[in-house]
Amino acid sequence: MTPALSIRSLTKTYSSGYAALKGIDLDVNQGDFFALLGPNGAGKSTTIGIITSLVTKTAGQVSVFGHDIDRDFSLVKSFIGLVPQEVNLNIFEPLIQILVNQAGYYGIARRRALERAEFVLRRLDLWERRHDVVRTLSGGMKRRMMIARALIHEPRLLILDEPSAGVDIEIRHSMWEFLREINAAGTTIILTTHYLEEAESLCRHIAIIDSGLLVENTTMKRLLARLGAETFMLDLGAPLAHVPVLTGYRVSMPDNHTLEVEVSRNAGMSRLFAELAAHDIEVLSMRNKTNRLEQLFMRLVEGNRQRQAAAQRRRA
Amino acid sequence: MTRNQQLVAYQTIVRKEIIRFSRIWVQTILPPVVTTSLYFVIFGGLIGRQIHDMEGVRYMDFIVPGLIMMAVITNSYSNVVSSFYSAKFQRSVEEILVSPTPNWIILSGFVTGGVVRGLVVGAAVTVVSLFFSHLHVYDPWVSVSVVLLTSVLFSLGGFINSVFARNFDDISIVPTFVLTPLTYLGGVFYSVAMLPAFWRRISLGNPILYMINAFRYGFLGITDINIWLSYGIIMFFIVILTAISLHLLDTGYGMRS
Repeated sequence: MTPALSIRSLTKTYSSGYAALKGIDLDVNQGDFFALLGPNGAGKSTTIGIITSLVTKTAGQVSVFGHDIDRDFSLVKSFIGLVPQEVNLNIFEPLIQILVNQAGYYGIARRRALERAEFVLRRLDLWERRHDVVRTLSGGMKRRMMIARALIHEPRLLILDEPSAGVDIEIRHSMWEFLREINAAGTTIILTTHYLEEAESLCRHIAIIDSGLLVENTTMKRLLARLGAETFMLDLGAPLAHVPVLTGYRVSMPDNHTLEVEVSRNAGMSRLFAELAAHDIEVLSMRNKTNRLEQLFMRLVEGNRQRQAAAQRRRA
Repeated sequence: MTRNQQLVAYQTIVRKEIIRFSRIWVQTILPPVVTTSLYFVIFGGLIGRQIHDMEGVRYMDFIVPGLIMMAVITNSYSNVVSSFYSAKFQRSVEEILVSPTPNWIILSGFVTGGVVRGLVVGAAVTVVSLFFSHLHVYDPWVSVSVVLLTSVLFSLGGFINSVFARNFDDISIVPTFVLTPLTYLGGVFYSVAMLPAFWRRISLGNPILYMINAFRYGFLGITDINIWLSYGIIMFFIVILTAISLHLLDTGYGMRS
């Protein structure tokens, strides 16, 4: 099947001389929920800008559903819905007007545009505010409004550049549910985010960009499988006087009500609980010390930086 | 995009523009009407009584076409420059840039918005002028075609200004320091035939002079210059400014990184 997005040898050097992308190759399958991660300034937004024609590429090819962005730019644009990182709504316009206008730019007649606007505004809990101007909305509402705007023309590829920044947890979860729904209905989604649990929870594939280079491109499952060990925090029912010795596990005690246990993939959790029971330790609850994806992300980015520094030393 | 879809996109931009300037009519429609009324009262009603006929017509009647044209020029220009720059400033212009709307439709939509505002203000000023002058139309085709083409020309000018503008000062520099002086010196209040030969030759380098004179010909049947030359100059500038505007949109100057 033709990929939803195919990028080959993509480079971008800004007029200042800054090389934001140094040759990226990437494929996103149709129907995928794809995470594009990377630290600030890694090149994620530049990549998205090129796909959506807001940034001109220096070299390379980009095609969307098999259509080249340079040759079939009008068709390609009609496939894509974009939720940009920065709020770019006209603050003096009412929500309904923004959506109907946006539909108009895609050639959608007014009656159909009004139906679509009602659908997306209801799904994103903004219908009651449809006649209000953007400047009266909260930050989270503006983010949801940008999602509504990106979906008005029913794009086949939805690109979300940090959509949940500044959105409270409840709205974020309902937004996730909505995104899962439209993905299940066939829309390919590319997501960039700094909330790694968001990427872990939603995405099936993941690519990590750092300093304009692709440092990882795999399935979420395979990536997480690479994590050799996870650290868990256990909240205890009764205080402990000493750090217990649990055979096969590295244990520390931040305070007398909490145990920090590193569990390797081979050791597993069942044996850990057996050990705890043998020591008569009651566990009330447990949680990951850090997000699993976050650990991997840091490791990959750090590895890339070390490789680049070494290459630089060799050149010097 | 199909032709029908392009038409929908064009209508969308035009409707958006009309809604925008209508919503803030106190800022967009009323001020030029008030200002022009003051011109009529002061230059026509009060000072004008002391001035002899100009090229065989009452001074008040002589200045009316120029004042209408001045309002049309300023408002066509201002509408596009402020609307497009504001969209750039808020980055809401990206809504159109990421869409499949072709650049020539984007340009046509914004220019039509400028023309509509120019003509609305021009019509309002014309209505006000009826209280002060005995307005009659000598050649309606010339009047309508000249005002329409001039409005298109200055809408294009406003568009180019907005693309190059980097801050709000940049969108007021051209209207204040270029358009207004050229309009005032373009024969709104006098006939260039009155000027000494040197200044008359200098005045003939002002393109607005040709537009005002052609428009005045449409109303009064008098002109200092050949109106076909006026049409030629207006069309020449329309072609040039259209080419520049489309080039700026194609390259994404000031809009795409």
